[in-house]
Amino acid sequence: MSQLHYALFTGCTAKQSTPELLSSTLAVAEKLGIKITILEEASCCGASHLQDFDEFLAHVLNARNICYAEKLGLTMITICNTCQLNSQMTKHALDTNPELKARVNEKLAEVGLEYKGTSQIKHFLYTLIDEYGLENIKEKVTVPLSHLNIAPFYGCHNIRPSELHAESNNHENPYNPTSLDSLIDALEGKPVEYESKNKCCGFHVELQANHASEVLSGNALLDAMDNNADLMVTPCPLCHLKMDTYQPSISKVMGRDVKLPVLHMPQMVALALGCTEKEIGLDFHVQKAKHLYSA
Amino acid sequence: MIHSEKEVVQEVLHLNEEEHASDFDHPVNVKLKTFRFNAETDYLPYYKTYEMEVTKDELVLDLLNRIKWEHDGSFSYRRSCRHGICGACAIKVNGKAVLACKENAQGLVKLFGDELVIEPQSQKRAVKDMIIDKSDFWQKHADVKPFVVADVDPHPSTETLISPERNEKFLESDYCIQCGACHYSCPALEVNEDYLGPAALVSAYRFSIDPRDSATEDRLELTSQLGVGVWDCVKCNECVEACPKDINPLEKITKLHNMQFEQGIAKRNVATKHAEGFVRSIKKYGYLDEADIVVYSEGYLGMYKHVGTAVKMMKAGKIHWHSGVPFIDSVPKIKNLDEVQKLIEISMTNTL
Repeated sequence: MSQLHYALFTGCTAKQSTPELLSSTLAVAEKLGIKITILEEASCCGASHLQDFDEFLAHVLNARNICYAEKLGLTMITICNTCQLNSQMTKHALDTNPELKARVNEKLAEVGLEYKGTSQIKHFLYTLIDEYGLENIKEKVTVPLSHLNIAPFYGCHNIRPSELHAESNNHENPYNPTSLDSLIDALEGKPVEYESKNKCCGFHVELQANHASEVLSGNALLDAMDNNADLMVTPCPLCHLKMDTYQPSISKVMGRDVKLPVLHMPQMVALALGCTEKEIGLDFHVQKAKHLYSA
Repeated sequence: MIHSEKEVVQEVLHLNEEEHASDFDHPVNVKLKTFRFNAETDYLPYYKTYEMEVTKDELVLDLLNRIKWEHDGSFSYRRSCRHGICGACAIKVNGKAVLACKENAQGLVKLFGDELVIEPQSQKRAVKDMIIDKSDFWQKHADVKPFVVADVDPHPSTETLISPERNEKFLESDYCIQCGACHYSCPALEVNEDYLGPAALVSAYRFSIDPRDSATEDRLELTSQLGVGVWDCVKCNECVEACPKDINPLEKITKLHNMQFEQGIAKRNVATKHAEGFVRSIKKYGYLDEADIVVYSEGYLGMYKHVGTAVKMMKAGKIHWHSGVPFIDSVPKIKNLDEVQKLIEISMTNTL
């Protein structure tokens, strides 16, 4: 296999509240011999909120990010479901609507850029599975996760709308996704079967509809706990922020003690590949997770 | 070009074949694990499994008919047009919203395996088997004035012409058949019964974009209310996935958001400031300043709600500051930030 090389769109969260996501992603890539070039020019994707204020501006900023991956001639990979969705939405809109593409390019020309549509956009989860390959990952496992029941939490923006994602997520069935389960299998962990694995965590209404948000994540966390999960794993740092940081307040709303470590997908892989404690970064979790690391 | 009737029929058949493509060219044995409940006699719902051989052209509606005709005459469901236009036969199969008369059964076997779980759109609203009480749906629909409000001249001398460009703006929102597939797939509605939900919001958009209508402002006022309108959408895309007419309700919800700013309806509150606050951060850093967006959206007084979480995040090392002062410049700047600033300056159209 020739060396895989990707342009990494980190997103904002990995640069701030979840530094462990970035460090574990880079550690996994290094262990697997995947070359990563970080797009330091990339801005915020708008996080599904900027487009509510100004949809056109959101397209312009996302198109600019993609331009930098195109310049490198690389596939752009994401480590956040919402970055993936918003970038993919802009790509789809510009690739299918020449009038919009022309209007966006007119703006981009002012800063010397042009969106062409030559780079694919893919979440790191699907890069690992579809391009690196589960069999190859299996060979690199040094710390099997066989003692752990792991609840996969997929996060909406990687699986819906399925038609938009079909090419980048290998036609994942949004009603019964399996990719994260198969990754857990490859690391020798035990995937937990539970109904909420493809449900919404409520992150996006955290401020304006706090109760709804807490109930949605509470339902999913309790569902995982009731099915004997030792931990939850998610490819989305926004799901992670919601479900890790807010467990004390979620407990109050749900009237039950909610306690479950939540890992980022790359952290789980990093554990199994024997990356260092610092790279995995379990210190940065609000819900205690350090016990999951065994040197 | 004029098609013969035969050609048209062949074309339609061909289209249907593509849409319902199934891998099997032979009948398959299927177990239908079916939700049964009669609100008048049953204390709790239960599931009954029916086994049958399913051929490649059978639709879910054919299977419902066979349960009723071959197994149990009391099995109840709604059906009418059989052409995907009345919306009556909408149910869920393995959690996926479907129109029974449009969905190929073997296609579902391909997706979910040979056990298909047949359930009503909403179990808590079940009346008898697949039949649910849809009154909540119709009430929400009525709330958005789902009709053109206009002073109509009873004796017009000219037609109201709609240009093709104007027609494009409907974004096919007028294709909605009120089946409820999106409404009963929406998790925000599950936890907040005041929320209008995706179907009513699609209707609000459809009539607000109509050039003959004069009630747009009322609809935008209603759909801008916190707890009721567009700001309570959780952005899960379940509605996009559910719609059998490919309407993309979330796209219409985004349009309504934008229209509130364009038409000056949006008031400064936690939700509108949150959306607009992204520009403020991106201008400054390129990235979103996660701490600043909360402070800006809530206002300093509103921050009391977040103190507990902020302390926990700080302890875990999740909140950083580059300037040495908490909450000030807590984000690194992207490379070529000036490009982003320029793009915001020349591309932004809305204000709060």
